[in-house]
Amino acid sequence: MSILVLGLGNILLSDEGVGVRIVEALQASHDMPGDVELLDGGTSGMDLLDMVAERDCLIVADAVNADGPAGRLIRLEDDNIRMLFETRFSPHQLGLSDLLAALRLIDKAPRRVVVIGVVPQNLSLGMDLSQAAANGRDAAVAMIVDELSRLGSAPTPRLH
Amino acid sequence: MTRITIDPITRIEGHLRIDCEVDGGKVTKAWSSGQMWRGIELILKGRDPRDAWIFTQRICGVCTTVHAITSVRAVENALNLEVPLNAQYIRNMIVAAHGVHDHIVHFYHLAALDWVDIVSALKGDPEGASKLGATLSDYKANSVPNIRSVRDKLQTFVDSGNLGVFASGYWGHPAMKLPPDVNLLAATHYIQALEVQRVANKIVTILGSKTPHIQNLAVGGVSNAINPDSQSTLTLERLYAIKALIDQLGDFVHNAMMNDVAAVGALYADWTQYGAGVTNYLSVPDLPLDTKGTTFELPGGYIPAGDLSKFQAINSYQDAFFRDGVKEAVKHSWYEYSGASAALHPYDGQTNPKYDDFNDDGKYSWIKAPTFQDKRAQVGPLANVLGMYAAGHEPTKRHLTKLVEVASKVAGTQIPLTALHSTIGRIAARAVRCAVLHEALQNQWQLLIDNIARGDTRTFNRPVFPKGEVRGFGYHEAPRGVLSHWVVIKDGKIDNYQAVVPSTWNASPRDQNDEPGPYEAALIDTPVADANLPLEVLRTVHSFDPCIACAVHMVDADKRPIVQVKAM
Repeated sequence: MSILVLGLGNILLSDEGVGVRIVEALQASHDMPGDVELLDGGTSGMDLLDMVAERDCLIVADAVNADGPAGRLIRLEDDNIRMLFETRFSPHQLGLSDLLAALRLIDKAPRRVVVIGVVPQNLSLGMDLSQAAANGRDAAVAMIVDELSRLGSAPTPRLH
Repeated sequence: MTRITIDPITRIEGHLRIDCEVDGGKVTKAWSSGQMWRGIELILKGRDPRDAWIFTQRICGVCTTVHAITSVRAVENALNLEVPLNAQYIRNMIVAAHGVHDHIVHFYHLAALDWVDIVSALKGDPEGASKLGATLSDYKANSVPNIRSVRDKLQTFVDSGNLGVFASGYWGHPAMKLPPDVNLLAATHYIQALEVQRVANKIVTILGSKTPHIQNLAVGGVSNAINPDSQSTLTLERLYAIKALIDQLGDFVHNAMMNDVAAVGALYADWTQYGAGVTNYLSVPDLPLDTKGTTFELPGGYIPAGDLSKFQAINSYQDAFFRDGVKEAVKHSWYEYSGASAALHPYDGQTNPKYDDFNDDGKYSWIKAPTFQDKRAQVGPLANVLGMYAAGHEPTKRHLTKLVEVASKVAGTQIPLTALHSTIGRIAARAVRCAVLHEALQNQWQLLIDNIARGDTRTFNRPVFPKGEVRGFGYHEAPRGVLSHWVVIKDGKIDNYQAVVPSTWNASPRDQNDEPGPYEAALIDTPVADANLPLEVLRTVHSFDPCIACAVHMVDADKRPIVQVKAM
């Protein structure tokens, strides 16, 4: 089993960076088993190809623009993720969906993809999360720990 | 007259909106507008200058490394701090490997699909495509079985109705002109390039400790410890692993990419007449070879009005011609300067947003309008290749001559160098720069090995911050062109910080004198066959490799159309 937990987002724009903050919080609170890697992917696209290639499972933490109150947690898997990116216009917009599509072309796409998203409140310039997004971050960490446990790769909580 | 609005033209790299007026099948007027406000300056104020690079590499998701490198150079410049040779070589290798990676991704995964028709590739004959490949080079991966397997894979994608990266391309558009065999050969390299770019990325990862955000920089050098005998540092074993990766990259760059670009250029020769735009070209020297930044592996400088004989070199990290030549205007940008109406030098730069609506004749962009010596300037691989050529840089001359020879052979007619001032020229120059950078990467590797062999293992000089105010600038010839950071430090803290990024130069709105920016100027006279499918506009804009350096990334769960084209 090879699992990558990938945090995406721009930490310079407050809640836009919640995905990165989730990965940081997970790293601070838990030790990962040997088959789980954590990565702060920032806002990169194709640069992540090498890290994402040939994984059994990819768990993406990200800000998700959806209905509902700020801080709401959203979990999307496989087919739902594809639908997210259905409205394409040009082949030049290289985000996560394109990265996954490119990996499918070389038969190296992750077998399973799960997105754990938090609805943001504040996308203005700044390094801090809103209270709502910080709550969402904590809930997301718990959800990812559950997710990993179900996959048989449970992280170990660090004792404080 | 028709008005076309494309918004946004890129996604992950940030929001760029292009507006064109089309009359008689041609663009007559164009506006380029950055739709996101960038305020790194405000985040950095008051922080420790030694940490600035950690924040600046978050400006952009594509150009993380380049903002990190340029930031430490700016602070070192303010302190007159020399950088140990090993640190220069290690940084140079990161710069070169990142550049090769970026140029491969741009050509194959961003630009090529404007020119290569994937659906037509399915009609290609693997034997024909392989033979065609053999006339251009002895690249071994052009074998019939390789090409056939790519065609079968594409067929499976198309049959499944799930086109993935190839969804909603402009397949069958009247401006698509390559024969099926050429499309098939290019599509084969598109897929091979996905593997090859991983190789380039691995080099950056080994040297930088991590990607996409490198960890090994420091103001004053790098944090890589060099000890040929220790396992935890940059060992000879790791350095030789890097050498193997560099060699692997070279085969693809020199034998596949250079020929693909030459062939596309030759078969779209009409596009050498479009897209010149601003022909004042600015580039900076890079890959410093000494501790002070006074000699460089790659030259750079300024070419006014496309006249290579008037090339003026930029010579060092202290160069006053560059330092004093840069200004930014906001007459057409959503900012206001307090206490000043003219363009400002970056040291005195201000970031005061003043948003109103999109005004054709007034303010219409979040991007400022930079000028060099009070003139508009184009930056990027074309500016860099022309500058290096004018400076007499031997590898540039050799690779450019080779590319033009191959293109002339395919076209059946001699293609002149002046054809470079065009949309196709920008794409060709990027391939030449990729080949030059690959050669430089080999050289820098050898320089590092030789220096370590001489017993020098130093990688860091400690910075000391004086009381009072110091100023510095750092520049870097990044994949999209000249990047400069400007820092004012007061009592050891950042007092002002301005980043003049490549796409600020190229994607900027009109300046103080209402002179259009490079995208805007390049779009004039671009033919448009169908205003609802403005492939030709995209070709010219994409040839600059747009990247608006604001790096917003957000998933949209409500399936709103991400891009809208409006023709009115």
